[in-house]
Amino acid sequence: MMEIWHGITKAAELLTTFDPEVMDIAGRSLRISVTSSLLASLVCLPIASLIHFHSFPGKKFLISLIQTFFSVPTVAVGLFVFVLFSRAGPLGGMNLLFTPTVMVIGQALLITPILLGLTISALSGVDKALVDTARSLGANGFQTAIAVLREARFAVMAAVIMAFGRAISEVGLVIMVGGNIRGFTRVITTAISLETSKGDLELSIALGIILLLIALVINLALSRIQQR
Amino acid sequence: MKHRGIAFLLTMAGLIVLVTGMLGCKESTASPLPPKQRLRVATTTSLYDTGLWGYLEPMFEEKYEVEMDVMHTGTGIALEYGRRGDVDVITVHSKAREEQFVAEGYGVERVPFAYNHFLIVGPPSDPADIKGVSPEEASKKLIETGSGSFVSRGDDSGTHSKEKAIWKKAGYDYETVQKAGDWYIEAGRGMGPTLLMASEKQAYTLSDMGTFLSYKGKIELVPIVDRGNILLNVYSAIAVNPEKNPKTNIEMANNLIDFLTSPEIQELIGNYGVKNYGMQLFTPCAGAEPTG
Repeated sequence: MMEIWHGITKAAELLTTFDPEVMDIAGRSLRISVTSSLLASLVCLPIASLIHFHSFPGKKFLISLIQTFFSVPTVAVGLFVFVLFSRAGPLGGMNLLFTPTVMVIGQALLITPILLGLTISALSGVDKALVDTARSLGANGFQTAIAVLREARFAVMAAVIMAFGRAISEVGLVIMVGGNIRGFTRVITTAISLETSKGDLELSIALGIILLLIALVINLALSRIQQR
Repeated sequence: MKHRGIAFLLTMAGLIVLVTGMLGCKESTASPLPPKQRLRVATTTSLYDTGLWGYLEPMFEEKYEVEMDVMHTGTGIALEYGRRGDVDVITVHSKAREEQFVAEGYGVERVPFAYNHFLIVGPPSDPADIKGVSPEEASKKLIETGSGSFVSRGDDSGTHSKEKAIWKKAGYDYETVQKAGDWYIEAGRGMGPTLLMASEKQAYTLSDMGTFLSYKGKIELVPIVDRGNILLNVYSAIAVNPEKNPKTNIEMANNLIDFLTSPEIQELIGNYGVKNYGMQLFTPCAGAEPTG
């Protein structure tokens, strides 16, 4: 158990000395996961609204299907993306395998179901009376949607934070499609996996703590934005 | 109503600008990737864990002005990356499978560049009493008496292939070994984690010399069996055949093979780790098959 304590002191040491390799790895983790969460949010929030505000046959089933994919194993998404972007695969010509770009794509795919599902349920939580009021005041469909989204913003933000958390914390997908290349595709989680396999538990624990600190900063920033 | 909608949109836009702004800053502080050529290398974990690639990589990158991406995996997946054309060159250690890889047309040529020996390591107490016997006899004793545990890589790596070859030579079908009892543990991990697991369980395992030496301080295992021709461990480099995968960087892959077999680098490989471990980790053998 002493390793945990040593890990904490090591994390403090790495952070205060701005250890270049750790800063590089942490920066890459942050960049990749922020980009993937942002991309996926830009696509998923409008689609989730479309699903919520329209009734069509099979809507309930579609939502159940989306929720089923909350449980998709990260390595399964990784395998799918690997096969897709491998040179022998259909998108192999893009030459993206083992690059940060394909890691962003993989993470965005991974968190799409979470963003869709949680946004839909966030919107469902809004009082139906709001829609009726907006309509009776002469709001068109788009304006009504904006009003509802605004009302549900805390729950929608929670969905985005959850998706970001899943993206930055997972290891199976990024190691499979990124390859854990030092200085290029190595992120915090794959570095932890490597350092643990090398038997360097202190550094692994320190890296885990640094990941949590990044998540803390992101959450504080988002909650400040929410309160405006 | 309308104003609130606009306010919300503005907030969202602000958020996006903020986050992309953050990205921009980050992007500019990180060193921009120079428009260099890239060479993708899949290597067996033992060449990476010993630090040999970390040592040679900067020299090669400087000499040929290339960015080298080193993926460290087991021999099995390294060969698969090669078949799919996802890497340009592989450095692995499993002769029979390498020869098959070349025969199937995926690899240009198998070029041995260094070798060392495998060894069976185990707890100092040596519960199965196999110290100093031949690898075949040691296997026989382990399976017949069940008096010691054995951790297998179990990951289709070069080391795992070697372990299977030893069982075969000792006269056992590998499937029987797998089902032989609780003493036979399949880890499914790289060499380093397998050594750590064997140490935790005070079990025997088959390891390459290099990884064992570089983990020596972290584990409570000692060499048990280190003699026998079957323990020879040859590392070779194979360029991925551009006829099967036209987009691979064959030119740079050949540069790497020339680099590894050049007299200057061969000498560095031979001296690598001598200072830290007090013995040679790799014996250079440019282009020729060592005989043991």
